Amino acid sequence: MKLKREKWKKEYLGRTAVTLAGLFIIVLTLAIGAFLFYKGTATFTSDHHTVAEFLFSSNWEPAQQGSGGKVGAAIFIVGSIIISAFALLLATPFSIAAALFMTEISPSAGRRILQPAVEIFVGIPSVVYGWVGLTVLVPFLAKVFNLAYGYSVLAGAIVLAVMISPTITSVAADAIRSVPNEYREASYGLGSTRWQMIYRVVIPAAMPGILTGVVLGLARAFGEALAVAMVIGKMQAFPKGLLSPTTNLTAEITASMGNTAEGSEWNNALWAMALLLLIISFLFIVIIRLIGKKGADKT
Amino acid sequence: MQRIIVKVQKIEHEEEKRGIKKGMKKILSVILAASLMAASLCACSGNKSASSSASGSLSGTIQISGSSALQPLAQAAADKFKETNPDVSVTVNAGGSGTGLQNISDKTVDIGDSDVYAEEKLSSDKAKSLVDHIVCVVGVAAVANPQAGVSNVTKQQLTDIFTGEITNWKEVGGNDQKIVIINRPKSSGTRALFQKYALGGEEENTGKSLMEDNSGTLRQNVAQTPGSVAYIAFSYLNDSVKPLYVDNVQPTYENIYSGKYNIWGYEHMYTNGQPSALCKAFLDYVQSKDFAKTITEKGYGLYSEMKVKRSSP
Repeated sequence: MKLKREKWKKEYLGRTAVTLAGLFIIVLTLAIGAFLFYKGTATFTSDHHTVAEFLFSSNWEPAQQGSGGKVGAAIFIVGSIIISAFALLLATPFSIAAALFMTEISPSAGRRILQPAVEIFVGIPSVVYGWVGLTVLVPFLAKVFNLAYGYSVLAGAIVLAVMISPTITSVAADAIRSVPNEYREASYGLGSTRWQMIYRVVIPAAMPGILTGVVLGLARAFGEALAVAMVIGKMQAFPKGLLSPTTNLTAEITASMGNTAEGSEWNNALWAMALLLLIISFLFIVIIRLIGKKGADKT
Repeated sequence: MQRIIVKVQKIEHEEEKRGIKKGMKKILSVILAASLMAASLCACSGNKSASSSASGSLSGTIQISGSSALQPLAQAAADKFKETNPDVSVTVNAGGSGTGLQNISDKTVDIGDSDVYAEEKLSSDKAKSLVDHIVCVVGVAAVANPQAGVSNVTKQQLTDIFTGEITNWKEVGGNDQKIVIINRPKSSGTRALFQKYALGGEEENTGKSLMEDNSGTLRQNVAQTPGSVAYIAFSYLNDSVKPLYVDNVQPTYENIYSGKYNIWGYEHMYTNGQPSALCKAFLDYVQSKDFAKTITEKGYGLYSEMKVKRSSP
């Protein structure tokens, strides 16, 4: 009896607790997904809008009471895509370069200086990025490009790029570190220089890991609300260029969620946007899985 | 080679695990937040039944949510009310007028703050059960960046500016500076107010204007963008932006009280049905003479001073 109790304490207690916690997380994830699905589809079921209208129309005029408004969210969707894409375009080269520097070129400086710097970057709250963007970057852009104001796709992309580069850097650095040393030695053995070794052997071998970092960065860029909303101007129009303002999904959700009553057409349309964000991030996860699988097949 | 492949796969597997761990952390924090919220909700409903003894000492909890424009005043009222009634706990959450009205309609809070009449956000059968308590008035001023060089506009000019008819400040006697409109979202109560009383119901030009809802950020936007124009509550005015006179009337509470300046609205505290004894004591305090000084200090106007009245829509 005593032995049994000992065993329970030593083995089963911990195991049960961990299993329960794990199950709880699965249930919670599913519950959040189901809840979002339930709320997000109300636009299409109870307000009778078509999915095509929501995705492709730019006529955004939902009713605050009852229904009869327009829920075309195309401007917000395009805004989210363009800003995130440009952020990625800006952040990826820098991040991969930083990851190479801290792993291949100067591992000791990387460990002592760059790694802590990247970690601090990750910990900075997004409102700080937004406020610095608003008070420094926006006036700066206006001055440099001689604009009426600096609120623009570019400002949003720059702020986002700074925010997502630590994510890409750290995941890419992990991937590069995990390239086996034999690869490097073989490459040197064939007479390549260090740089040839890096871009012919290390980068291709670490590619799945690097791409995973890029997609993780993209997912973060897509979901970021506060910082971007503060610098893109939130003009409800398609952007005419990099220097023109626009709005995006997260900005509209945060701006209008508190102002609209639950169950109204407007509120339902915002839930549909939230559901769309969940679907998009789900797609990103699928892409990461596929990349990982492909990488495993290749080697 | 075989060994290397195994190694790579192992490493990738580990990487995957690390990714999952990160996700788990996030989810865990969500659970924690959710359970904390649930706990706090339980705690409040536990002693909701306010006990008011004959001596007048009160105890219990009052939950307030809603309008972010009214939030600073509601918080000040909560703090002062607690000074005289130490056994009472009052919590104030901002979240927007829509949230406040929704919450009071669902009875998840005791008082719902709103910038607009409940009928403007809720369906009429939901709004019917709510009781309106007007606690103060709030004035809204059109503000411009000081570089615009304009201090007065006519009502027609103001309308033309926000509808996009006038695009340069020199057309209204200011500097040669392009006008940049910064709007609020269409769901905003302040925007509804401004549109109704400043623009005579004219629709603002949404596709060509910037947008910001947070009053603090909006003020910052106007202060740093040359030629910009927006509208904010008097309580947010400071030296960094220039409030515009409309038809030579200065945006002040004196002019609102006398009816000369008409861009203002009531601030409402709604209860669902008649308020409980505790809520009634709180609302009485907010509407009392003792609290009037705080109302004016915080940049709001006194309902009792109003010589003009408006009725619900």
